[in-house]
Amino acid sequence: MSQYETVIGLEVHVELFTKTKIFCGCSTEFGAPPNTHTCPVCLGHPGVLPVLNRQAVNYAMKAAMALNCEIAEYSKFDRKNYFYPDLPKAYQISQYDQPIGKNGWIEIEVDGEKKRIGITRLHLEEDAGKLNHSEHGDGSLVDFNRVGVPLIEIVSEPDLRSPAEARAYLEKLKMIIQYTGVSDVKMEEGSLRCDANISLRPVGQKEFGTKTEMKNLNSFRNVEKALEYEQKRQKEILDRGDVVVQQTLRWLEQENRTKTMRSKEEAHDYRYFPEPDLVTLYIDEAWKEKVRASIPELPDARMARYQKEFGLNHYDASILISSKAVADFYEETVMKKADPKLAANWIVTELLGYLNQEDKELNEIKMEPAHLAEMIRLIQNGTISSKIAKKVFKEILNTGKNPQKIVEEKGWVQISDEGQLKEEIAKVLAANRQSVEDFKNGKDRALGFLVGQVMKATRGKANPKLVNQLILEQINQ
Amino acid sequence: MAISKAEVYKVAALARLKLSEQEADQFTSQLNDILEFANKLNELDTENVQPTSHVLPIHNVFREDEVRSSTDRDKALKNAPEQQDHMFYVPAVFE
Repeated sequence: MSQYETVIGLEVHVELFTKTKIFCGCSTEFGAPPNTHTCPVCLGHPGVLPVLNRQAVNYAMKAAMALNCEIAEYSKFDRKNYFYPDLPKAYQISQYDQPIGKNGWIEIEVDGEKKRIGITRLHLEEDAGKLNHSEHGDGSLVDFNRVGVPLIEIVSEPDLRSPAEARAYLEKLKMIIQYTGVSDVKMEEGSLRCDANISLRPVGQKEFGTKTEMKNLNSFRNVEKALEYEQKRQKEILDRGDVVVQQTLRWLEQENRTKTMRSKEEAHDYRYFPEPDLVTLYIDEAWKEKVRASIPELPDARMARYQKEFGLNHYDASILISSKAVADFYEETVMKKADPKLAANWIVTELLGYLNQEDKELNEIKMEPAHLAEMIRLIQNGTISSKIAKKVFKEILNTGKNPQKIVEEKGWVQISDEGQLKEEIAKVLAANRQSVEDFKNGKDRALGFLVGQVMKATRGKANPKLVNQLILEQINQ
Repeated sequence: MAISKAEVYKVAALARLKLSEQEADQFTSQLNDILEFANKLNELDTENVQPTSHVLPIHNVFREDEVRSSTDRDKALKNAPEQQDHMFYVPAVFE
């Protein structure tokens, strides 16, 4: 049995977040009733002319730059010809030999190892319509709301060597695009879609093996699972001494397997030719600079800054930057004068835990960065203990109230009054003479128990540090 | 011959056209005439000429990203040979 090297390349389609379609003024809003966003241009009626949406070009350039691509000075559109009911013109306006961007790369990290993955090209094109299954009859039903929505297609180099790397690449790509704001990159709404090519070759061989292409990968987890399945399937074929057949496969999520898609042999003969209805695109330096200036700080840069400026560890920083919304929330919390490390802790463990558990997004909750910043200040100036803070945190999430107000209303202010604490301590020590003895005999754990009893007696409101100190004073008297 | 009869059949199939034997012969000869005529251009020295993808000497024609009202749905569906649930009904797509 030979050892194989896996070679994976990914093709990712991302819908751009423009208000209108790429060649007409129809809305791109998701989820509208079927066929309410169409017009003669996107329905491909005879005699109509497409006119390019300037914002779509801006967005494509922005994404290309964020992915370290070279931007073409001259670019053009081409017709890709094929028949399919979701494509009313029987051709898709795409870009063939002069894509907007090429020769880019992104950096991924798998098991602590960094690796650069090349991006062959990034081009602009129009989306197709959506096919639905008919409930009455064997036919399909076409909704053309999506036809003409601007897409960028991002083609990676065959640089990925494992399903885990493929997933890391997708996650990084999604993160970068999300930061640029050119798409909402929601896989579940189809604004990010992925096809994968995979082949195996004996270790040391230069030529690629025969590849298969997989479609219908609708989540990152499915991309990884499907690639693992296909990797194993190809390995078994090669181990038997058979050859892999080049084909397009569909991933069947429910059954955990791939299935051959029947496609006509000549289906790949797209007969591209320049789109005569659109003039060429000329991108000068001034335009490039304008777009470049609109790119915000990207995830890698942000992560480095969080570690350097705020002293965060690698883990916390990587969690915070993994979503732009979370990173923005964090920075605003720090801007409202919260301690950067405490803010990171609260967001990474408590806030993200809550969002995960409730399956909510940051913009759906009542907590604002100002709330969290104030709560952290209350902990730091001793008004509340960290234990009470957890209750305050939940209360903010539930009510959206100001933390200071919550603490006052609930009477949760930490007891730091020595007189009052000494009284509680005296009672606890009197009731737990055995523990006091144990502590005197060197059982350090007994102290923790006594502190716990005081906390219990004050319903968590006592200042634990002070209690600790006062008990020691009292015992050692 | 710039194009064979077999290629004419292939192109016809890609365009979903069914040609009779006679039509195939006719188009093969006509397409060859056209391609031979176009071949004449190869006699010119185009060493210093940029490839032309568009006949108009202009570039960058855009529209702004502003929503315009779409076609009324019933009107949009009017040309559909068949419709169901406000969608275009098409024969089953095999995959």
